[in-house]
Amino acid sequence: MMNSYGFRKLKNNLFFTLCAICVIIAIIPLASILFEVTIRGAPQLSLTFLTGTSANGGIGPAIQGTIILVCLTSAIGIPIGILSGIYLSEFGNNKYAQNLRAINNIITQFPSIIIGITIYGIIVLTLSSYSAIAGAIALSFILIPIVTRTTEESLKLVPNTLREASLALGVHNWRTTLNIVLPTAKNGLLTGTLLAVARIAGETAPLIMTILGNRYFFQGLNQPIAALPLEIYKNALQPYPEIQAQGWGAALILILIVLIVNITVRIATRSK
Amino acid sequence: MKSPTKPQKQTQKLVKHKITGDNLFKIFATIIAASALIILIITGYTLLKGSIPAIQNFGLNFFFGQQWNPVEGREIYGILPYILGTLVTSGIALLIGVPLSLGIAIFLVEMAPRSLRVPVSYIVELLAAVPSVIYGLWGIFVLRGWMVTYVETPLSKYLGWIPIFSGTPQGLDIFAAGVILAIMIIPTIASLSKEVLTAVPNSIREGAYSIGATKWEVIKRWVLSYGKSGIFAAVILGLGRAVGETMAVTMLIGNATGPSAMPHSLFQSGQTMASLIANGFMEATTGSLKLSTYLGVGLTLLIMSLIINVGAHLIMTRVFKVKGGAIE
Repeated sequence: MMNSYGFRKLKNNLFFTLCAICVIIAIIPLASILFEVTIRGAPQLSLTFLTGTSANGGIGPAIQGTIILVCLTSAIGIPIGILSGIYLSEFGNNKYAQNLRAINNIITQFPSIIIGITIYGIIVLTLSSYSAIAGAIALSFILIPIVTRTTEESLKLVPNTLREASLALGVHNWRTTLNIVLPTAKNGLLTGTLLAVARIAGETAPLIMTILGNRYFFQGLNQPIAALPLEIYKNALQPYPEIQAQGWGAALILILIVLIVNITVRIATRSK
Repeated sequence: MKSPTKPQKQTQKLVKHKITGDNLFKIFATIIAASALIILIITGYTLLKGSIPAIQNFGLNFFFGQQWNPVEGREIYGILPYILGTLVTSGIALLIGVPLSLGIAIFLVEMAPRSLRVPVSYIVELLAAVPSVIYGLWGIFVLRGWMVTYVETPLSKYLGWIPIFSGTPQGLDIFAAGVILAIMIIPTIASLSKEVLTAVPNSIREGAYSIGATKWEVIKRWVLSYGKSGIFAAVILGLGRAVGETMAVTMLIGNATGPSAMPHSLFQSGQTMASLIANGFMEATTGSLKLSTYLGVGLTLLIMSLIINVGAHLIMTRVFKVKGGAIE
């Protein structure tokens, strides 16, 4: 009876239903997050909300701060990450590179709060002030390993025949890398880098102890600065409903940025 | 200068080894590539150096003590409750998250029609893209209500006599933190397991079908056992993410300190190492024992994360080497 074909078939179907339920369970939180953020955040949106300071109920400084932090971090992190990735992919056939690859994989998984207190220890204490630059360095510590990895992966996809063809024409190795390999891998590089930047735009933990937050607009690289994720965190913990509502508004902006980048990248790579 | 030829030879040597674009580029890239190593060293060094005063002051009690007394002059800090809190919340996350993730991975690789595969795996990836702080916000205002009404109240009503379900459910507790972590580690485990299952050679499935196994039996006895070390590595990477996750946990765990943070019941407020830092770090003044304690907590978290991720890395490289050999 237990081993009859009918019973085994039943077990089979039962199991498949369970797997489908798992998928549905995983979709519920995402759907609920998108729904709640839209429903609670959308009524907040207005010109004053997007451009005003907290004095008139706006999150302008936070939006500006996030843009500044993302630009600074990209300026520091992307060149370093891409160059490291080039090394690992083009010259990475040795013990040194193998170890670096392993270390890179491991620091990609570091808890981001650890990066935050490290930067507090070396930058904030040294400058004796919370600052935009400390936040940008903390975020670039997170960005660099991710960009390194995606660069290496996309360069490895470039067929070797292209490199050989270029070298056969007498082009130097480094010119080959910069003029042939990088442009060929352009799509992969762009995708990976954009996704990494979208990720650090939502990073909160390392900002708590580096940028502090600010009620006013940008005041200089060595001054505290506001940021969207930090604004959401602080507002969520306030007991006042109108401030919590501002948090939802900020969350809507942040999730829009992240989703737009993710979806655009996905559509752009799919069509190719 | 005895003979006039010597300097000439030297210049020739220099010309041979002159710094060409190629060398320069390679040297430059070699140095920049060390950035990963530099980040690791800076992090380790800063945390180690910063935590020495606290560890010297409290000795082993720093790791095994439960007291948390910030009164100046009588300061005493033990971080055992937060180490345990981290382990317990991550454990809950794995208990809930691993079966769900495996179900999703199996659905995607073995069952889903082609037209569903891409959108579903994309949705799972989007779960990973949502910033942690938004999970926290959603957790406080939405998940907390669900947990109290549909999960915690019934559990405490019917199973309240079991110690881990004792206490009043209020939603800002260890259980809620574990559940939000479970949601957050699903994308990590599901997408890696998906890759592992995809890498299982089709010949194994075909062999099993040919002796009359049903699809579920094929998956259970052959596919999962072939991919088990890869799946194990995926689970460990998920654990790594759960251990270090900060914002969502900080917003949901209730932030207890001292002996009351020792995890006894699922329905009590607790504290993980990461949430302790996120909560209290800004109160510590420069050069204080408290600051050193927080850096010590960071160091402990770093060591835990290193052990987990090095372990996962070692398994992963072995799995893919073996698999590479088997496929070729």
